[in-house]
Amino acid sequence: MEKELRLMKGNEAVAEAAIRTGADGYFGYPITPQSEILEYLMEADPYHTTGMVVLQAESEVAAINMVYGGAACGKKVMTTSSSPGISLKQEGITYIAGAELPCLIVNVVRGGPGLGTIQPAQSDYFQATKGGGHGDYHLIVLAPASVQEMADFVELGFDLAFKYRNPVMMLSDGAIGQMMEKVWLSPQKERSKTVPAWATTGKPATRDRIIITSLDLDPNGQERFNQKLVAKYNEIREKEVRYEEFQCEDAEYILVAYGTSARVCMKSIQLARAQGIKVGLLRPITLFPFPTKRLNELAGKVKMMVSVEMSAGQMVEDVMLSVNGKVPVYHFGRMGGIVTEPEEVVDFLKSKI
Amino acid sequence: MAQATGIKEIIKPENLVYRKTKVMTDNILSYCPGCGHGTAHRILAEIIDEEGLQSETIGISPVGCSVLLYEFIDIDWQEAAHGRAPALATAIKRLLPDKFVFTYQGDGDLAAIGTAETIHTCNRGENILIIFINNGIYGMTGGQMAPTTLPGMKSSTSPYGRDVKLMGNPLKMTDIVATLPGTYYVTRQSVHTPVNVRKTKKAIRKAVHYQKLNKGTCFIEIVSNCPSGWKMTPVEANKWMEANMFPFYPLGDLKVPAEENAQKTTNSEKND
Ligand SMILES: Cc1ncc(C[n+]2csc(CCOP(=O)(O)OP(=O)(O)O)c2C)c(N)n1
Ligand code: SF4
Ligand SMILES: [Mg+2]
Repeated sequence: MEKELRLMKGNEAVAEAAIRTGADGYFGYPITPQSEILEYLMEADPYHTTGMVVLQAESEVAAINMVYGGAACGKKVMTTSSSPGISLKQEGITYIAGAELPCLIVNVVRGGPGLGTIQPAQSDYFQATKGGGHGDYHLIVLAPASVQEMADFVELGFDLAFKYRNPVMMLSDGAIGQMMEKVWLSPQKERSKTVPAWATTGKPATRDRIIITSLDLDPNGQERFNQKLVAKYNEIREKEVRYEEFQCEDAEYILVAYGTSARVCMKSIQLARAQGIKVGLLRPITLFPFPTKRLNELAGKVKMMVSVEMSAGQMVEDVMLSVNGKVPVYHFGRMGGIVTEPEEVVDFLKSKI
Repeated sequence: MAQATGIKEIIKPENLVYRKTKVMTDNILSYCPGCGHGTAHRILAEIIDEEGLQSETIGISPVGCSVLLYEFIDIDWQEAAHGRAPALATAIKRLLPDKFVFTYQGDGDLAAIGTAETIHTCNRGENILIIFINNGIYGMTGGQMAPTTLPGMKSSTSPYGRDVKLMGNPLKMTDIVATLPGTYYVTRQSVHTPVNVRKTKKAIRKAVHYQKLNKGTCFIEIVSNCPSGWKMTPVEANKWMEANMFPFYPLGDLKVPAEENAQKTTNSEKND
């Protein structure tokens, strides 16, 4: 079967991709700017075609715990929300990480703190990449920069989640969620008929009972588990780093940006190069694992790096750690739901040269 | 006395009047002496055994004294965050509709932190069984006031007795869920005497049956004790429960299926 070309919002692309990739369940609660996902799924009614369960939960807390229940049955389950709702999900997310369950969580970020604004922002970077809930854990974090990637990262997200038995977060933002672009959609896949051996399915006489839990009252047991998680995260750091470079070959300055900011920076680079400033872009596609090695390599070749984010400066800390003092690193970006202008980035860059 | 009788002579099939339920594990129960949790586990295990449900069942254990329930009954388990068991159960049942799915939750878990999940799960009529152990206290964390703590009852966070003006009134969650259209069978039982054990067991068996018929949420409250939290001996605790808990939380059915009512009428008509 051929791929199908459609014009869609990023949010709709997530919903359609979820159906097509053979997801088993979606549990969500309305919040702007991502309500289209639940609306699209309810309208598409995949239960009567693929058998995918779609349920509007009573809260984000319930939704993420439904995801826990479904994931523990070995099913491909997901939830989506935006910043305030993602905060509510944190308890469930840390339990999912602690029980080593695979699932996909999409955050279509809006400005905060608090109720904030419904406009796009990138101010949930810390929450997404550093854990978010309590305890030592990481999500695998994918940062789409287009409607196409919002669709593609559904399947990639599920693949990574099951490969590592780890929750995956797609960290998008209100701009990519809401904008319409062309998107190539994969053909419909069948839902999996089998589940992994660790899933709760009812205990046959032939195997021991399966217990999905994040509890270990023995500190030695808990530490061994923590070490196991650390080893897993290290393997993910080793194998799953994804990024894209744009005009870095001859660059004297590097912009580091993901999602909407990366798109803004593409334009900034055009403007800057027209003025003779040799600037390139490194766009992290995975925020955890972060492209630390590559940034460190690039730092040896350039004069300065600027982390461009729609936040008060969050990813910049990871850029600084990666660069490890080799060159100056600055943060630039607008906040509060305002998308940074390409010209502003160029002006900032010039002010630091 | 038959002191000379060796133990081997006593352990014979014909002398067997009581045995360990197959689906109970050999792990030692982590409960205080006289605690109702152990008895509730046992009858649940008996039903799973007698109904041949071991390979069909997914249980959800709560946060509370029974958090380690998965160590005691030999079935597949998911351990939920505090209060969230009904949300897990919702997804499990929807994704695996042929399985027998139940939650087992304390009063803090179900009627305080998990109130929203409890009510909405029952209101959607999820086809699951909720077993609600109401001991009027937070046992696990050391005897703090629960949503179910009786007026005037002492706990570590109501050391002078629950003052309802300051601390609010005890919540009768079972009465609330009985009013919801999604619940099919709602009953309040206890496990402190053999008669009550049999009644509770019967209630669980009915709930299993109703779940097979896709009837909606079944909700069984077991009014129970907490000798440690109540600072009583097991015997005192059960007496106190009868004298104080039962008047406030009267035992009996709160909602019985319409067909069962009809059945009863025909039966009694026949008897008449
Ligand atoms: C989010 C969260 N808050 C608080 C706790 C602490 N905690 C553990 S058990 C419990 C109360 C349990 O009481 P109940 O549900 O009545 O069960 P019981 O121990 O009485 O059987 C509390 C508050 C926790 N584990 N998680
Ligand atoms: S603290 Fe109370 S509820 Fe917990 S095991 Fe002891 S008696 Fe039972
Ligand atoms: Mg209790």
